[in-house]
Amino acid sequence: MASGMQEKQYTPSLLSFFVYNPSFGSREGEEEKKILFYHPSEVEKNEKIRNVGLCEAIVQFTRTFCPTKPAKSLHTQKNRQFFFEAEDSFWIVMDTVYGAVLRECYSMYKLFNGTFGRAMEAGGVELLMQKLDKFFYRYLQTLHLQSCDLLDVFGGIAFFPLDKMTYLKIQSFVNRVEESLSLIKYTAFLYNDQLIWSGLEQDDMRILYKYLTTSLFPRHSEPELAGRDSPLRPEVAGNLLHYGRFLTGPANLKDPEAKFRFPRIFVNTEDSYEELHLIVYKAMSAAVCFMISASVELTREFCEQLDGLVGPQLTLLASDICEQYNVNRRISGPDKEPQFKFIYFNHMNLAEKSTIHMRKTASVSLTSVHPDLMKILGDINCDFARVDEDEEIIVKAMTDYWVVGKKSDQRELYVILNQKNANLIEVNEEVKRLCATQFNNIFFLD
Amino acid sequence: MSEEHYLELCENPVQFENASSVNNVFFDEANKQVFAVRSGGATGVVVKGPDDKNSVAFRMDDKGEVKCIKFSIGNKILAVQRTPKSVDFISFIPDYPHLECSQECKMKNASILGFCWTNWNEIVFVTDQGIEFYQVLPDKRSLKLLKSQSVNVNWYMYCPETAVILLSTTAQGNVLQPFAFKSGTMSKMPKFEIELPVVPKPAKPNLTERDIAVATIYGQLYVMYLKHHSRTTDSPCAEVVLYQLPREGSYKKTNVLKLNTTGKFALNVVDNLVVVHHQSSQTSIIFDIKLREPDCALNVHQPVLPGRSIHPYRIPLTGLAAVPTQPPVPCELCILYETFSPACLTCAVCSPFASGYLWYLQVKLPPTVNLLQDKGKLMDFLLRRRDCKMVILSVCAQMLNGGDKGGLPVVATVFDKLNQVYKEYLEAEQTYTVATESGPSRGSAARERPVRTQAVIDQSDMYTHVLSSFSEKKDTSHKFIIAVLMEYIRSLNQVQITVQHYLYELVIKMLVQHNLFYMLHQFLQYHVLSDSKPLACLLLSLESTYPPAHQLSLDMLKRLSTANDEIVEVLLSRQQVLGALRFIRSVGGHGNISARKFLDAARQTADQMLFYTIFRFFEQRNMRLRGNPSFIPGEHCEEHVVYFKQVFGEQALMKQVTV
Repeated sequence: MASGMQEKQYTPSLLSFFVYNPSFGSREGEEEKKILFYHPSEVEKNEKIRNVGLCEAIVQFTRTFCPTKPAKSLHTQKNRQFFFEAEDSFWIVMDTVYGAVLRECYSMYKLFNGTFGRAMEAGGVELLMQKLDKFFYRYLQTLHLQSCDLLDVFGGIAFFPLDKMTYLKIQSFVNRVEESLSLIKYTAFLYNDQLIWSGLEQDDMRILYKYLTTSLFPRHSEPELAGRDSPLRPEVAGNLLHYGRFLTGPANLKDPEAKFRFPRIFVNTEDSYEELHLIVYKAMSAAVCFMISASVELTREFCEQLDGLVGPQLTLLASDICEQYNVNRRISGPDKEPQFKFIYFNHMNLAEKSTIHMRKTASVSLTSVHPDLMKILGDINCDFARVDEDEEIIVKAMTDYWVVGKKSDQRELYVILNQKNANLIEVNEEVKRLCATQFNNIFFLD
Repeated sequence: MSEEHYLELCENPVQFENASSVNNVFFDEANKQVFAVRSGGATGVVVKGPDDKNSVAFRMDDKGEVKCIKFSIGNKILAVQRTPKSVDFISFIPDYPHLECSQECKMKNASILGFCWTNWNEIVFVTDQGIEFYQVLPDKRSLKLLKSQSVNVNWYMYCPETAVILLSTTAQGNVLQPFAFKSGTMSKMPKFEIELPVVPKPAKPNLTERDIAVATIYGQLYVMYLKHHSRTTDSPCAEVVLYQLPREGSYKKTNVLKLNTTGKFALNVVDNLVVVHHQSSQTSIIFDIKLREPDCALNVHQPVLPGRSIHPYRIPLTGLAAVPTQPPVPCELCILYETFSPACLTCAVCSPFASGYLWYLQVKLPPTVNLLQDKGKLMDFLLRRRDCKMVILSVCAQMLNGGDKGGLPVVATVFDKLNQVYKEYLEAEQTYTVATESGPSRGSAARERPVRTQAVIDQSDMYTHVLSSFSEKKDTSHKFIIAVLMEYIRSLNQVQITVQHYLYELVIKMLVQHNLFYMLHQFLQYHVLSDSKPLACLLLSLESTYPPAHQLSLDMLKRLSTANDEIVEVLLSRQQVLGALRFIRSVGGHGNISARKFLDAARQTADQMLFYTIFRFFEQRNMRLRGNPSFIPGEHCEEHVVYFKQVFGEQALMKQVTV
């Protein structure tokens, strides 16, 4: 990864992105059939074939050395290529960015479209190509490769800190709603864009969380910030009992023309392969996702029932959480500027915490540190991934910065320190202090 | 229908011979005794109480017709009134002669209306001109006047539990003057006036003793006034008005019980419930003055349950008349609507055997369960009853087993109500413990240990009788089971009761059984399942099926801060020898750990460099502790020293530094 440093004068950009399946065009002269999606599409056909062929050759070649783990990336002077076998024989290739972003592309595709295999079963190559085209054409435009960093590698979930009692109240709320609206299969509960409860399995939640926090929520935050009389503000007239509203589906229940169509998502694709309606409902800062089998048609009656049941309870709960959160904050002292800049990630529950990122959405990632330092973090992470043992890496960066990476069992912690003339021992002590204050309730070896 | 009778008669009634020309029958409210006096006592007096202990038979001389006869408390002294002016006393103290004496009332021209025993040797005469409070001195065969008070009395009423006498005064009889008695003292309580529906002109006694009853309900003394419908007001139905008489301070009109009908009524108080019998419909209704009616004004009560007749009673045939093949005779109850006896139901029985019976009335709780649909109200009602525990537990079980369509909100309400009572008991217990620990000097009054009533349903009760079997039900969805368990845990947390480990175990068992590990993970993440060593161990055992359980377990052990040894064991078992050592060093416990344990573990890894490092660490520790790097025999490290020499050579051993 050291070569990354030399590239720093160029901002990374996407050169190409393609999906192919080598088994589709194995005969001479039919190579084009292998290609299921190619971005940019205006590239000349022969070049497409050449590029795909090259990738296929590299993967095939490296497989002779290690049959289970073929090459994942190819670094050349000008660009890098990442390969990812999303499903058996289906390959996705993208230049110049981290493999994690590539995997995420596939996960996001899968969340909204299901697997490649299922599309093939349902409508052959044509349907798959249509789906790929439809999804990636828009999705690739929203990729902001230059702002991808360690957090994209982790693909973690920020959990909302909450006391036990309020958490139990949320549990109780979720259980009651699921009981009275038995159509609901899964529920997820978020507050302030942070997760509190997920009825979905971890991997599905991870990608859904990514979608919610980087795409859906940012799109809907504007109306809330807008003034009372702004046309952007949704209709709340006639219903002053609660602040609940649908973020997916009907914008206004009162509208006689309202459509009751919700996005569909695919979860548990490994075993039960479920297609679900995704209802996202929000009251103040509390957002709840209700997932209902796609085989059921959702009606106006159902939405009204949900609105009537969930709206008032969620409004109450949201203000409870807010109050509790403020109480806890007051107890733990005023919200002072974090002394340490750190990123924490736990592979076991995907919990992440960053004091480096001010705000992270799809379009902007505001970090308070220099990109070079972020790159070092990525490098350390790469080193950690290579071994299973717990380890600690301390790097003295070019400027006055020290970067410390610690790995204990399934947890990783990255700390950036800016102390002039600090030596290794002092840095070590400083990190110990951080662990003692921030992570004293978990088992974290030092 | 029969399972709807929520009132029943006790199994062993007091049986007595019916009153006749030669047999006089008296009932003493205080001791619940029935006296059958034959021929003025000459041919025998048979006293029967609710249990055999209170039953006595004796003879006394016939000195004229007996008007009233009562034993003092504990059957020590018998008082017999034969004339309007005097009362005779016979001592029944064991091993003492049956000494007799007589006492005339002090006030001239007064006639005795009756008398009440307030103690084993203290008695109150109630005359038409006032009351006289005496102490009986049996060995001196005399009485000593303790106190007296003159007031015109129409009639009186006595509440034995509180030793309070209520006197009806004034021309209309509606001003009631209570007196309280306690070991030799008499105190006058504030008098009060019963508001009569119609004021007769000219004034004449309008309030009779038939309309008034006194009883203690929920530990408070109440005067109950049966207010018949009045033609002047627009309320056509009768009602019972309750006046509370506190020990100190003035009376309060507190509750109104709506009877919603008219006619003849009789009142009982059973298990703190006011039971009203209605003659013409042969039904009874009950009121709970603590049950708030949402749709009624404050303290106006509707019957808790629809009116039902008392459970039919069959009189078993005993004695000579009994024929083995003859079935028990069903009896028709003729409640004596003429007298109020709050504790007992006195009945004359129309049966072929000229006998009278005295029963205790009992509330049967199981039928109330089906009559009271609102589960929250039902719980409020049941929690205040004496023998409620099993009924409450069965309501819970029934509610969870899908018998009712209330769902989780109802389950939550019921749990909250149970745990509120549970919490109050725990708090009282806590205060008591603190008070007793701080010594008798602190806190003036010696506190009494709080009584654990049946309404205290703790976690173990819920677990044993409800949740454990419920969680094993095959036909109930695991989702509902988990939701119920979480609801119970939420409810306990809401009132700050520490949740017992076996409840967590039940939740975890459910989650593991259904592979809901991620759910379990989230619960632990938010500390919903509180930290404990048993829970940490349980998690460790799940590691093979759910690897993250390992991390959860270690975190928990760390937070407990008393489980450092366990953490070391866990790490060593995973061959994380270095990690274990670093951990124990970070908590400052490396001075006295067993070197052998670590060396054993290091040997097992077959990593020679690791073994070297560990060995060297302990050599250095020995050096620091004892000034010598070698191990002492008690540490049993000999084999490791031999191995070390074998692999790294003798010279690799740390040398003792000589100064």
